[in-house]
Amino acid sequence: MSKMHITTTVNGDDVEFLCDPRETLLDVLRDRLGLTGAKEGCGTGDCGACSVTLDGRLVCSCLVLGAEAEGKRIGTIEGMAKGEDLHPLQKKFIEHAALQCGICTPGILVATEALLKKNPDPSETEVRYWLAGNLCRCTGYDKIIRAVLETAADMREAS
Amino acid sequence: MQYHKPENFEDAVAIAAQAQGLTRFLAGGTDVLVQLRADIAVPDTLVDVKGIGGVKDITRESDGGWRIGIAVSGAEMTEHPDLGRDWPGVVEATDLIGSTQIQGRATMTGNLCNGSPAADAVPAMVAVGMSVSVTGPDGTRRVPVEEIPAGPGRTSLAKGEMISALHIPPRGAAGGDAYLRFIPRTEMDIAVVGCAVNLRLDGDTVAEARVALGAVAPTVLLVADAADALVGTTLDDKALDALAEAASAACKPIDDKRGTVKFRTHVAGVLARRAAKIAYDRARSTRT
Amino acid sequence: MALDSLKSEGFKQVGTRPDRPDGFDKVTGRAKFGADATAPGMLHAAIVRSPHAHARITRIDTSKAEALTGVKGVVTRADFATGLKGENWNILENVMAGDTALYDGHAVAAVAATSPLIARDAAKLIEVEYEILPHVTDVDEAMAEGAPVIREGAADKSVPPGLHPNVVRYHESGHGDVDKGFAEADLVIEDHFRTEATHQGYIEPHACLATLGGDGKGELWCCTQGHWNVQKICSALLGLETSQLRVTASEIGGGFGGKTTVFIEPVALALSRKTNKPVKLVMSRSEVFRATGPTSSTSMDVKIGMKKDGTITAAQGVFRLQGGAFPGAPCEFTAMCAFAPYALKNVHQVGYDVIANRPKQAAYRAPGSPMAAFAVESVIDELCGQLGLDPIETRLKNASKRGTKASFGPTFDQIGLVETLEAAKAHPHYSAPLKPGQGRGISCGFWFNHGGETAVSLALSEDGTAQLAVGTPDIGGSRASMALMAAEELGIPYENIRVTIADTATLGYNEVSHGSRVTYASGLATIEAARDAVKKLCARAAAKWGIPEDAVKWENGCAVPSGPNAGDFDPLPIDQITKRMGATGGPIVGHFEATPEGAGVSFATHIVDAEVDPETGKTSVVRYTVVQDAGKAIHPTYVEGQFQGGAAQGIGWALNEEYIYGEDGRLQNAVFLDYRIPVASDLPMIDTVIVEVPNPGHPYGVRGVGETSICPPLAAIANAVSAAAGVRLHELPMSPPRILTALEKQRDG
Repeated sequence: MSKMHITTTVNGDDVEFLCDPRETLLDVLRDRLGLTGAKEGCGTGDCGACSVTLDGRLVCSCLVLGAEAEGKRIGTIEGMAKGEDLHPLQKKFIEHAALQCGICTPGILVATEALLKKNPDPSETEVRYWLAGNLCRCTGYDKIIRAVLETAADMREAS
Repeated sequence: MQYHKPENFEDAVAIAAQAQGLTRFLAGGTDVLVQLRADIAVPDTLVDVKGIGGVKDITRESDGGWRIGIAVSGAEMTEHPDLGRDWPGVVEATDLIGSTQIQGRATMTGNLCNGSPAADAVPAMVAVGMSVSVTGPDGTRRVPVEEIPAGPGRTSLAKGEMISALHIPPRGAAGGDAYLRFIPRTEMDIAVVGCAVNLRLDGDTVAEARVALGAVAPTVLLVADAADALVGTTLDDKALDALAEAASAACKPIDDKRGTVKFRTHVAGVLARRAAKIAYDRARSTRT
Repeated sequence: MALDSLKSEGFKQVGTRPDRPDGFDKVTGRAKFGADATAPGMLHAAIVRSPHAHARITRIDTSKAEALTGVKGVVTRADFATGLKGENWNILENVMAGDTALYDGHAVAAVAATSPLIARDAAKLIEVEYEILPHVTDVDEAMAEGAPVIREGAADKSVPPGLHPNVVRYHESGHGDVDKGFAEADLVIEDHFRTEATHQGYIEPHACLATLGGDGKGELWCCTQGHWNVQKICSALLGLETSQLRVTASEIGGGFGGKTTVFIEPVALALSRKTNKPVKLVMSRSEVFRATGPTSSTSMDVKIGMKKDGTITAAQGVFRLQGGAFPGAPCEFTAMCAFAPYALKNVHQVGYDVIANRPKQAAYRAPGSPMAAFAVESVIDELCGQLGLDPIETRLKNASKRGTKASFGPTFDQIGLVETLEAAKAHPHYSAPLKPGQGRGISCGFWFNHGGETAVSLALSEDGTAQLAVGTPDIGGSRASMALMAAEELGIPYENIRVTIADTATLGYNEVSHGSRVTYASGLATIEAARDAVKKLCARAAAKWGIPEDAVKWENGCAVPSGPNAGDFDPLPIDQITKRMGATGGPIVGHFEATPEGAGVSFATHIVDAEVDPETGKTSVVRYTVVQDAGKAIHPTYVEGQFQGGAAQGIGWALNEEYIYGEDGRLQNAVFLDYRIPVASDLPMIDTVIVEVPNPGHPYGVRGVGETSICPPLAAIANAVSAAAGVRLHELPMSPPRILTALEKQRDG
């Protein structure tokens, strides 16, 4: 089966890859580009563990074809920290124990970063509904929601 | 699987018309890719429509109506400054499809063409009287939305045909629409029952109404009896009772993993009543 | 163990809330989970699964698959060991069907190829012919006369004669005279309850990377709660010498009991042996639902007698558990946990382990206990309601305490049920006003907790820092607890401890991370290993100072003379000793290897407010409080996290989660879209109260906290629904159609 040649940008870096038309962006990130931060929890867009941004828009990378990445800007968890400096959300998630097993964490962080860019002052309800597509089975969400709300407040104060 | 990304509808239609085996159009992909992953439908030909000019545009027409591009995502509709003011029910119904991530991709066109009886956007589209442009090898025609679904997973589109635009009529004065669905959780579920109500007032009296139900029959239902129960009333309890009864009476649901016949029939009436109240309040608030 | 070393106060680090040691890895995407590993020349595998609930496999034709370009090998049951017995045979039967497929999703063949897509395509080309057999998936139907026999001869000696062959194990326990007790009661309520199977629902599907050559030496990387157990089972199933298979546990994306056994690991090893290449095997979500362990489904009868003053006079329960096509449903745990919170003179419980055409059940957080609590605590709530009694006071009146003869036999040592009830009673939640349409429910819950085989090694580095190797995978932040306990003992900063989950070649056998045992048992082992290292440090100081070893003690990270008579020496800091350890006797390593048996039992009391929409039957949980005894909270934030996570899973179990089987015996909802675990917008904040009644069996008083938190929610929510809507639900989940039906029945009288 002939492969497609795709040129795209991942976390600001120019990237080229070959992929089968059936491969998803998640498959490409994990298996071809070695970026295993995005996780496959379901493959059907129901769990959010594979969340990335596509031209700044939050999506499930399992529901995007690798071929659709042509000419796009992709953002993944690997691009969230700047060097050794963690994003405030990453720091707060550690501080609040907003993760237990950590498998949903990359997706939730990518999703909440997108939320705070769009809405720097979300209510608890807004955070909960924004994250409804990011399943976490360990925490009961409590500490995640608190970490997001507190980071948002800190970032508002800092800006 | 062959992946194509044509730049105009003529090419897209030509590819689809000549393709062998299973063809799918790819807009948001939130159904197509799920079916691909689960081996439910592995297309031989996949036509990505997002390279076609204008498919991401939301445009107000000269008559006050709206033209929605076929690749406009739910999030783009929600973020539009004016669309939701005219048609909150349509925007909310689309917004209910899946998560934030799904909203970044999912389209009304895809929701319609997936052919699910439980599609959230479709009852709202039917209730407000939307139509679609269907482009095929023989040109383009306008079709009311309710004529597109043909049964679970099936549409009335012929081989080589595709939807090329969505059209929402002008809102006009003193109108309101609303869509509600029942799901067991607060998010992420498929509608067990969905109900859309669109109405126009003359003073406090309902002058025109359309009521559509989802997930209670093989296709979305436009329920004339339910609309009749509203017209000429001020949405008093008697009218709401008649509405609920008509909505429940129209249901032809099945028992499945998501709900029972009895439950769906009952809840259709409950949602019709609740959606009508919201639509009525919206219509009153836009009267002047 | 000697308990003279019990420490209950004066902690310097234990009880604080530092950042977890693996936090950076887990927020940056750097942490390596099961599916994140690769190996040079690696193949990808896919499994062919039965679409039938029960069918004889008459033919498997792999020729078309093998002819596909890129396919490197196919395995079937013939590629595994023969002559296995007991649980090894059950597990082999489960991971690869023999002559009969026993449930929808049962593995029948597997293929390895050069890419995941080719492997999936090849799996579709493997032709399997089936002769369909009659099936049964319901627990009561499986026990009934005439039900299809799933596996002849599966029953053990515990089963009394005359029962259906699908009843494979039987448990009976209790004490006193229940008939006499019921006669003394002012009110006796007996009810029938049912719960559906639920899945652990970890977000990470099972994944592994296996390398096995013709030389019988293997390497296995997998997400598991216990890699020594994986090593033991896989080597048996593949016919290997145990020590020749080295297993490394990846980071684990949730387990909750579901990753305490194996499903795909032996298959990947068999494919690797056949192809002589590394093989990666990752389950899809639907495979996880169809073929890994959900809980048991249950059918239960509970009868309780109570006096007007709230005294329980007798309690009796019959618990029937369906655990899939293999023995192992935890019917004895259900029976034993059922009445454990209460001091009862007369109690009797019976458990049945029933097989049916479903996947082999696996442990799920306090296996068997939540269902029992649902039935028992519902009946107690009903008794309180009918007798006009306060639910907390009534539970206090009957609560088990130190010295109580437990319903399941032993006598309780120091336990904290009364303290959780008192704390719940005093919590503002319990007296907060309710809005119209809302109701409040409470429930208690119990879990045994467990110790188990444990080995830990603590090696000191030249610079005075420490490397702690434990054998229990870190599922929810346990590295932080281990580092706190090691730092506490060594008197060095928390940050100076590096905690590693060692592979099977590095430590002695460690039992699975289950039974809420990690902070208890690996924690105890860590403390003892640190004390062992401290003893060696003190010996080096003694040698340097030329005084007896017992004249040196350890304080704040330094060796010091134990008293004025020992001599006058400046404190010798740890790094001054370790710097010279090569010249003073060699490496300093502390060890602990044992099977701690003092895991203290754990109790919880939950309070929940629920709101029911009377028109749709939809229940919303609007407020939730968990009160639980932790013995001693090492890292309180992660203790709270366990409380909250268990409550959330219990809420899902109570309201929406269930295995739905069609008439054809196929699972209908094997996706997260239709297997409805709670999403963020479904839940309120979950308040927590940590009660600390020290466990005498742990040096710091730790009790396991991971499991008890899932026991009360099912009943607490049922009780809240009853209070809110006036209807008592006897079947889980309390889905909207069920509640609506109950409301209609009530309206129609």
